[in-house]
Amino acid sequence: MRHPDTIDISFYEKHKTVHNKRVDGPFRRFKWAMMAVTLTIYYVTPWLRWDRGPYAPDQAVLVDLAHRRFYMFGIEIWPQEFYFVAGLLIMAGIGLFLVTSAVGRAWCGYSCPQTVWTDLYQHIDRLIDGDRNARIRLDAAPWGPAKIARRMFKWTIYLVIAFWTGGAWIMYFADAPTLTHDFWTGHAAPVAYVTVAILTTTTFILGGFMREQVCIYMCPWPRIQSAMMDEKSLTVTYKDWRGEPRGSLKKAMKEPEAFGDCIDCMQCVAVCPTGIDIREGPQIGCITCALCIDACDKVMAEIGRPRGLIDYITLEDAEREKAGARPRPAWKALLRPRTIVYFTVWGAIGLAMLFALGTRSHTGISAAPDRNPPYMLMSDGSIRNSYTLKLRNMESRPRVMRVAIDDLRAGAMWTDEMARKDAARAVTLAVPADSTASRRVYVIAPPGTEPQDFEFEVTSGDGRAELAKTETRFSAPGDD
Amino acid sequence: MANRRIDQPTGTETVGHEWDGIEELDTPMPRWWLWTFYASIVFALGYVALYPAWPMIHRGSEGALGWTSRADLARETSEQKAEMAPMLNAIAGVPIEHLADNQARMQAAVAGGRAAFKVNCVQCHGSGAAGSQTLGYPNLNDDDWLWGGDLATIQTTITHGARDPSDGQTRQSQMPAFGRDGILTAEQIGEVADHVLSLSGKARDNAGGAQLFEQNCAVCHGPAGKGTRAVGAPDLSDAIWLYGGTRQDVIAQVTNPRMGTMPAWGRRLDPVTIKMLAAYVHSLGGGEDFVEAAPAAQADAAP
Repeated sequence: MRHPDTIDISFYEKHKTVHNKRVDGPFRRFKWAMMAVTLTIYYVTPWLRWDRGPYAPDQAVLVDLAHRRFYMFGIEIWPQEFYFVAGLLIMAGIGLFLVTSAVGRAWCGYSCPQTVWTDLYQHIDRLIDGDRNARIRLDAAPWGPAKIARRMFKWTIYLVIAFWTGGAWIMYFADAPTLTHDFWTGHAAPVAYVTVAILTTTTFILGGFMREQVCIYMCPWPRIQSAMMDEKSLTVTYKDWRGEPRGSLKKAMKEPEAFGDCIDCMQCVAVCPTGIDIREGPQIGCITCALCIDACDKVMAEIGRPRGLIDYITLEDAEREKAGARPRPAWKALLRPRTIVYFTVWGAIGLAMLFALGTRSHTGISAAPDRNPPYMLMSDGSIRNSYTLKLRNMESRPRVMRVAIDDLRAGAMWTDEMARKDAARAVTLAVPADSTASRRVYVIAPPGTEPQDFEFEVTSGDGRAELAKTETRFSAPGDD
Repeated sequence: MANRRIDQPTGTETVGHEWDGIEELDTPMPRWWLWTFYASIVFALGYVALYPAWPMIHRGSEGALGWTSRADLARETSEQKAEMAPMLNAIAGVPIEHLADNQARMQAAVAGGRAAFKVNCVQCHGSGAAGSQTLGYPNLNDDDWLWGGDLATIQTTITHGARDPSDGQTRQSQMPAFGRDGILTAEQIGEVADHVLSLSGKARDNAGGAQLFEQNCAVCHGPAGKGTRAVGAPDLSDAIWLYGGTRQDVIAQVTNPRMGTMPAWGRRLDPVTIKMLAAYVHSLGGGEDFVEAAPAAQADAAP
């Protein structure tokens, strides 16, 4: 038994459910649009088709883990080209620098999946339980059959959305129509069901219940982003020099000189999806979704005061405005050396990757010399080396490739499917579509050939002639 | 217990002892921990009953399920065997001359042979099958064969071994010890060695050596020293020397010959494994086509 005097100290603030009020305005509409765009991209992308001929899948975006291929529209990436993905990640990182230094936590406010799904779930709340006040009442109401039924209904909808979220994710990793069929007939891989189960659970919990706590307590992004913002970044700001001291409309009518523009109507708090009070200044809980701007502008319009008591403004401009200068248009904050440098770097990486993608060869060769034994003395005294050649055909059609020996004087080669008497300077090998063929070849050189480096040169035979080379070693007596 | 009391600030009972005014709280175990502990006990009882657990004098208790890791292994091994059976049967069912007719079958045979080689053959022939000149184990990668290098001949050599007294059909031959048994004098042996080396252009020929070779060696090695595979007599005119190609090496071999032996693997390995080993050795780069064997194989297939 705990003694009654025991002091309860918790290190955590008790969670207060956020019941955000409906609001309309330009930023809310922008949020709607972003939600539509991001969700459409997420759900529709795997179903887009892209014809790649008979030898490759026709799904526009496909991460084929089993065959280690990544398809994105006209681009096909092999595992050894993973640097393209790394490049994309770097671009995403620099893009985040760019956006954050220009418009603060815009990613958090509009396009982060946590934000989008939280928003979606909050709309479900509104749809089932009514707006803010109704939800607060229902929350406080004792549990009874009606409340249980309502909650069950809402949580079922939560679960359905969560399931669709997890279900859409796996579509990126296999042919979507086939996988859908397999999934419902119980023939999909166990990992598909496990993935859907995990993502359903996380979506259900993170989107349905934890919501803004993920942003405030779990996510490192806000902390990284607050380090990347500076006094020239646009952010949602309450103009306290204009609003304070706040007082109700009634008091302000009586003494217009004593009070600022803020009438303390609490609309900015009521609409906030993370439940903060922006008037306390910039804070980690603010995802800068700007819904408070919409709410405040509406109130200001109703009471006939100028809009923008809460607005996107840089810290620098805020200081300037506080000192009495004229407000500067927000777009002017976007153009400055830092954002231009970020944009240049971002664009340069993008262009470099596009260039690399456009000019990369779809033919490749690598040679692994046998190390045991490194060379073989034949009965006529000539020296034979064995190599395992890997011929890469990145086109989605079978190709014939001509592999030739470069440099090695009087050298000849044959494959393990040929006879030595057919040895020649070059052999022709068929490579299946979109794959790497492994072939064993023998290279023979006359007696007395010195150990030396030489090259295998591969030319793809048909269509676009491509050339690839690899240098390797010809071992001979005296090499070891 | 002495002096147990409720500690006022925490509301927890003390253990009842006091050391220089310091008391210890008898804080109970957390509930979740206790339940986990009880659950572990229940699990352990079930486990001991169902699985081998108690060490006895000769072996452990058996457990109600009768599970053993050996049985698991046996099951997995037999599953693996069952999976490989069709291909092994296919390899077993085809004469070795026709093994290469089917690309997939030949590849499977080479792969199986490679695995068997790593277990049975590498001890002498080396993991790269390059043999050892110092120890006198032949290199299997080159195109020089003592007993023949086509698939069927390799298979026969592996099955019956070389100079294995326990196998009646083993590869058998013996080179006389010309020096040790006093057939030739040291001087004559030197002359013969020069002649032998001259066959591959490594020394100047001499009439005495040529005559001695004609009289003593040509019966096995052939008049031109090209060797005779029927008796495993090596080709002396090529660049490959099993026991070394210097004058000293040749003199040593003529004086007191070394002759390699290989166990007859037919007694130890099943015919399919041997067939796969032959395919692997043949695939190393020096394998020969059937020259004499081909018509015979056709004759077999005709009726």
